Amino acid sequence: MTNAIDVVNVSKVYRRYARKKQFATLKSALLKGSLIRDLQPDETFPALRGVTFSVPKGCTYGIIGRNGSGKSTLLKCVAGITKPNEGTVKVNGRISALIELGAGFHPEISGRENVFINGIMLGLTKREIHRRFDEIVEFAELKDFIDAPVKTYSSGMYMRLGFAVAIHVDPEVLLIDEVLAVGDQSFTAKCLDKFAEFRRRNRTIMLVTHSLDLVEKFCDLALWLEKGKTLAEGEPKRVVASYLLDVGNAEEAEIAKTEVTKAAQVARDNAAGISNTAGQPSDVVNTPANMFQATEGRWGSREVEITEVTLHGPDGQVSHVFQSGDGMEVRVKTRVHVATNDFVFGVGLFNADGICCYGTNTNIEELQPDEISGEGMIGFQIANLDLVEGTYKIDVAAHKLDGYPYDYHRLLHTFRVKSRTKDVGIYRPRHRWNFTSNIRFKTP
Amino acid sequence: MFTNLAALRRYRGLIQTLVARDLKARYRGSVLGFFWSFINPLMLLVVYTFVFTVVMPTQHPVDIRPYALFFFCGILPWTWFSSSLSESANVLISGGNLIKKVLFPAEVLPIVSVLANMMHFFLGLPILVAFLIYYQRPLDPTELLWFPVIVLVQFIFTTGLALLLAALTVHFRDIKDILGNLLTLWFFSTPIIYSMQMAPEHYRWVLNINPMTHLAISYQEVLFHIGPHGHWKWLMALLGGSVLVFLAGYFVFDRLRDSFAEEV
Repeated sequence: MTNAIDVVNVSKVYRRYARKKQFATLKSALLKGSLIRDLQPDETFPALRGVTFSVPKGCTYGIIGRNGSGKSTLLKCVAGITKPNEGTVKVNGRISALIELGAGFHPEISGRENVFINGIMLGLTKREIHRRFDEIVEFAELKDFIDAPVKTYSSGMYMRLGFAVAIHVDPEVLLIDEVLAVGDQSFTAKCLDKFAEFRRRNRTIMLVTHSLDLVEKFCDLALWLEKGKTLAEGEPKRVVASYLLDVGNAEEAEIAKTEVTKAAQVARDNAAGISNTAGQPSDVVNTPANMFQATEGRWGSREVEITEVTLHGPDGQVSHVFQSGDGMEVRVKTRVHVATNDFVFGVGLFNADGICCYGTNTNIEELQPDEISGEGMIGFQIANLDLVEGTYKIDVAAHKLDGYPYDYHRLLHTFRVKSRTKDVGIYRPRHRWNFTSNIRFKTP
Repeated sequence: MFTNLAALRRYRGLIQTLVARDLKARYRGSVLGFFWSFINPLMLLVVYTFVFTVVMPTQHPVDIRPYALFFFCGILPWTWFSSSLSESANVLISGGNLIKKVLFPAEVLPIVSVLANMMHFFLGLPILVAFLIYYQRPLDPTELLWFPVIVLVQFIFTTGLALLLAALTVHFRDIKDILGNLLTLWFFSTPIIYSMQMAPEHYRWVLNINPMTHLAISYQEVLFHIGPHGHWKWLMALLGGSVLVFLAGYFVFDRLRDSFAEEV
């Protein structure tokens, strides 16, 4: 089988010019004699670094990656719009790139004339466009407006016409850059049908997208690009899974970073609390009027102090991102300045909307306090975190039986629950579906 | 460079369509439409007539009478030349969307502006014919054979400069601003509103090194002056020069081509 696209060791460096020089004029360049020097870049930014892959003929190839990972640059290199600084790109067959729809439209002239001009730009001959014209207009759903100037079109009409022309070029290799977000549901479905038809006719498609579902459903192969490098290539399900794992880790790092700043805040508060050795309720004034109001903060007298709160995954490691259904343990370290027999520990879970998903404390669960002193640790174990995907926050508190706060951490600790199922709500009860034998589903 | 130049032939259809679009779109929405192609030079004539009869009355020498006809012989090709250049200087930037998003050779854009302005030049010719008939000027058919040659020379020369300007403007946006003034200076250094004979003798060398002088004189010889086309040697030399200008312009354009998608 021959390859439709061969990309060998492609690197692309974008030059960045300092702001001042960007606006340097010919005159000043000539006067200072710095024409050549000003044309030298101050800084370079590698968009692609040695990317190699090939797309077999008839294959639908998906490229995924974060924003700024070089996906679009790669597509432009394959399309020939920009040249790579290193490496070679070889494409066999007529190529059409859907990078921006309706890129060549002239607003003053009619849709009809624009179809011709756009078609010719994309490589069709006049006769071919004549033959496909009705089909294009039909596809774009613009029969009544085709003779109106394009400037009167809504953005949806504009996009649809652009897409219709591009898709009817009937290229052997089609490059698509995140353009499926066009029009309503039915139009998107029509586009997908058209892609399916392309696949049936053994055309090659290279797709850049953030829609991982699309990659899993439509693509034969996938490539994951990160900071201009290939991180994974091959079977879409596997590539998407490792990409998702990495996205999870990045989120983890992101939350961990904010947690660190919060920990620093807590440490500062601790120091303040210690200096206040008289045991006076230093922060009692900060107690919010409404305890159910979801405002972040920390208050309390610190006679019993919460020095650290960490979340641990099933493996016991500190973590901030959990798979739905996994186990989680909240570990709370305490330090007691004045030994007491009047204490309650509580934990609450809130979702991003500030709705309390669950709350409990040792008093509600009828644990009688006896004595607390020195340093200690509390573990709050959740066997299965049966929550839907989302960001959640945790309340941790130590207080007297009458509610007098020792140390109250309200919404200071964040974690994320990930799930491949896009179910809705807050709580995911363990469930299964049962059907009688006359109700059947396709086996995946 | 030459393979790119050869590949350009494949884009004939595109160039044709874009020129047609340009002509259609230009006067779309205006009441008089493409009549502006006639009216603009007429209004210029009115302006210069006003200047030379009222503001600073000048006795035109016998050899450039009727003045209106003489004026049109020069101003029509000049308009083609100057509009082509000022449009080309802008064309890659205004067409930036195309260059970044659609795969096609960028030189199509300046070539289209030169061609579209050439079409305007042709559309303006009937007005010249009308004046020729009005003044009952005889035209020598054998001299008229030179006309396409002059047009060709001007096309090659203009396209070369247009490519050069288009490519350089991407990197130096201020060319756009300088260009307007340069073109005004250039206009007055070309025998269009005056004849070569009216220019002071010791400055004629300035006019002689100006390629547009020889194009203007050629047009005037063929369409205005009675008698054989005596300027053809200059024209032939200019043809050679124009080819060199074109190659140089295309060379610069070709070298800078890869930077367009990033810079516009």
